[in-house]
Amino acid sequence: MAEVATPRLEIRRLEKTFGGTRALAAVDLAIAPGEVHALLGENGAGKSTLTKIVSGVYPADGGSMRLDGALHAPHSPAEARRAGVAIVHQEPFVCPHLSVAENVLLGAEPTRLGLVDRARLRADARRALALVAPEISPDAALGCLGPAEVQSVTLARALAQSGCRLLILDEPTASLAAPEVERLFQVVRRLASTGIAIVYISHFLEEVQRIAQRFTVLRDGRRVGTGDIEGTAPSHLVELMSGHALGGRRRRAPRTGGDVVLSARDLAGPRLPLSASFELCAGEVLGVAGLVGSGRTELLRAIFGLERVVRGELRVRAKVGPASPTRRLAQGVGLVSEDRKREGLAGELSVAENLTLSKLPAWVWPARERATARRLIERLGIKTSGPDQPVRALSGGNQQKVALGRLLNHDVDVALLDEPTRGIDVRSRADVYALIDELASQGKAVLVVSSQFSELLEICDRIAVMHRGRLGPAVPAAELTEHRLMLDAAGVA
Amino acid sequence: MKQLSRAPWFGPLCAVLAVYALFALLAPQTFTRSANVLTMARQTVIVSLAAIGMTLVMIQGGIDLSVGSTVALTTVIVARTLDGGSGAWTAAAAGVALGACVGALNGLLVTGLRLLPFIVTLGTMSALRGAAKGLANEQKVDADPKGLDSLMALPGGAHGGFLLPTGVWVALALAVVFAAFVAYTRPGRHVVAVGSSLETARLCGVPVGRITLIVYVIAGAMAGLAGVMEFATLTVGDPTDSIGLELEVIAAVVIGGGSLSGGRGSVAGALLGALLLTEIKTGSTHVGLPNWVQEILTGAIILVAMALDRWREQGRGSG
Repeated sequence: MAEVATPRLEIRRLEKTFGGTRALAAVDLAIAPGEVHALLGENGAGKSTLTKIVSGVYPADGGSMRLDGALHAPHSPAEARRAGVAIVHQEPFVCPHLSVAENVLLGAEPTRLGLVDRARLRADARRALALVAPEISPDAALGCLGPAEVQSVTLARALAQSGCRLLILDEPTASLAAPEVERLFQVVRRLASTGIAIVYISHFLEEVQRIAQRFTVLRDGRRVGTGDIEGTAPSHLVELMSGHALGGRRRRAPRTGGDVVLSARDLAGPRLPLSASFELCAGEVLGVAGLVGSGRTELLRAIFGLERVVRGELRVRAKVGPASPTRRLAQGVGLVSEDRKREGLAGELSVAENLTLSKLPAWVWPARERATARRLIERLGIKTSGPDQPVRALSGGNQQKVALGRLLNHDVDVALLDEPTRGIDVRSRADVYALIDELASQGKAVLVVSSQFSELLEICDRIAVMHRGRLGPAVPAAELTEHRLMLDAAGVA
Repeated sequence: MKQLSRAPWFGPLCAVLAVYALFALLAPQTFTRSANVLTMARQTVIVSLAAIGMTLVMIQGGIDLSVGSTVALTTVIVARTLDGGSGAWTAAAAGVALGACVGALNGLLVTGLRLLPFIVTLGTMSALRGAAKGLANEQKVDADPKGLDSLMALPGGAHGGFLLPTGVWVALALAVVFAAFVAYTRPGRHVVAVGSSLETARLCGVPVGRITLIVYVIAGAMAGLAGVMEFATLTVGDPTDSIGLELEVIAAVVIGGGSLSGGRGSVAGALLGALLLTEIKTGSTHVGLPNWVQEILTGAIILVAMALDRWREQGRGSG
């Protein structure tokens, strides 16, 4: 490698402190033009602080950044954008009431005599979309698009600005299904080939292995490793991220299958699912694999009474028929939402309030609720300053533990888990797996929906595939491979 | 101490004391006299009662613009009931019951038609004002208060309350009851949960529709009670009374730590907010400031209170 070439982005001894916490400690980073550089680390390791400094959200406390050799010290996100730094966030920031074109050029609308030049707006948007998703019409209303298309629009917005030199992708595949991930990879490779340097943040190591050339691992605000992806084993990356060596594959506790506690026959919702039949037994983990938009989430929500059931039979033990969430909880059925921020947790409320909300006594004594919360915090290993801390201040992994803790507090017999490990770090993920395993070995029934097929294979006893609203038969996980699940989910016979 | 300063009513309490000290300095002969303090307490009763209900509505994430119209309609109903030969208790009960019915209507429209509370109560604000005028034949309704006026009578007279007017005690007692309701009961905690995140509350099995309805019924009943107190003060039914009262009530709640986006609010804070507004009005009169200066002052106080609250919140966020 020619050491003389100027890196696209060069970071030297970057420092950032919040309150008393050192978020970044003397971090170095160098990325060449056209390089895809994976930025790895658990939640709270400092990845987002780093990207926020590069993209001008926070100023650095110390150290220096250079962009193509020129000093880069943006005072605002707008200044960083003008310097050619674009960022695509994990949660897309879009205006659903505006058109695709207006979203792509938001804040940079071409004008003529002070009015928006709609013809140029459309043309510019189409040019930006051509690199990413040419099939999306610039005139479509953004609110009508699916999550993958929305992401394409935010990517197009990043590229629409003139002279994008450095693109930061924060968990770009978190809401994408396997074929959409493939498409994103093609786009990333195409962009890299035009010389754009790409910082790729992801929890999915297999993706990183395929798309990135180099990696940097952060832990507790320090750089603990950097190097070429080729020749680095995923297990080594996990060790760097978590700071301790992982044992082999986790062993599952022995299970004794029980009676059927939840079953559906030809269940259909207003739009999705079209037809779902399954039986879930006590002491079993049943997985539902499927692509985004296949109707997996709708199936869980219909069971829990959050969406209407238009046809088919639903049975919870002896109780037949649909029921409201209030009734379902009374029957011992609980749901963890895939959307932690909006639905799963009330961010402004405290950890204790979130844990006990579904099962409050008629008279609420805050001291008693706090004591209950402390027990759950200890049992689940939730990292928090205490039961009174607002839940929004917690990291993603710890928030997810609060959402799961609520089901424990409610002592549900049937747990419906929608993407239980979305956007959480490696160690929290292992904790969630252990918890699911523990529940099943205690005789609880667990229904898990996940886009991560490897995850389902690891934690489930049986797996059924959802394809275009129809749920296939449940097959023992031991007889399945990730490859097989992918083919079934994509509808390839 | 730090914990104390974080209580939502701490800021309003400081403001109430500071404004009191200011006017005590500017008008030492008149402002601090016990008669004046009693008058201020009495004048705060009506806004306070309505603000208790409004606090619950705003914690739940809603708003009630129909308060002023409900108060006016209640004064007319109370006057008509008394005229019809009923006693004071019956008339007062009729007023509160009417308020509860208005609240139920608001609540049902919000939950049943899934309309925004702002729109629903904007509609009922106008409709109830019209109903009050129709019922009163577009004029004031005179009635023998039959002792109802003693609710707001100053202590010392034959029918005055103990130390404070009876109406003040009623407002304080209800404030304690509803503050405890929010803090220590399951439905009360559910009100906070719905205002904080409706989707999360639904996921946790909170009967969102029922909670919403309860909150509007309470707010309506409190507005009805405020109307009874208004009648006790005026001793006539006046269909054009209390125009714009809802804005004063919302201001009191917001000064007391309430949020228009739900999830936050304090009954004690709202009471202090109402007291602050009265203090400014009365104090300005004592100092001889014209009415228009009072209004500018009131607006400025609201904005300063909001800015301080924002600043305090941000300090908490990064801490």
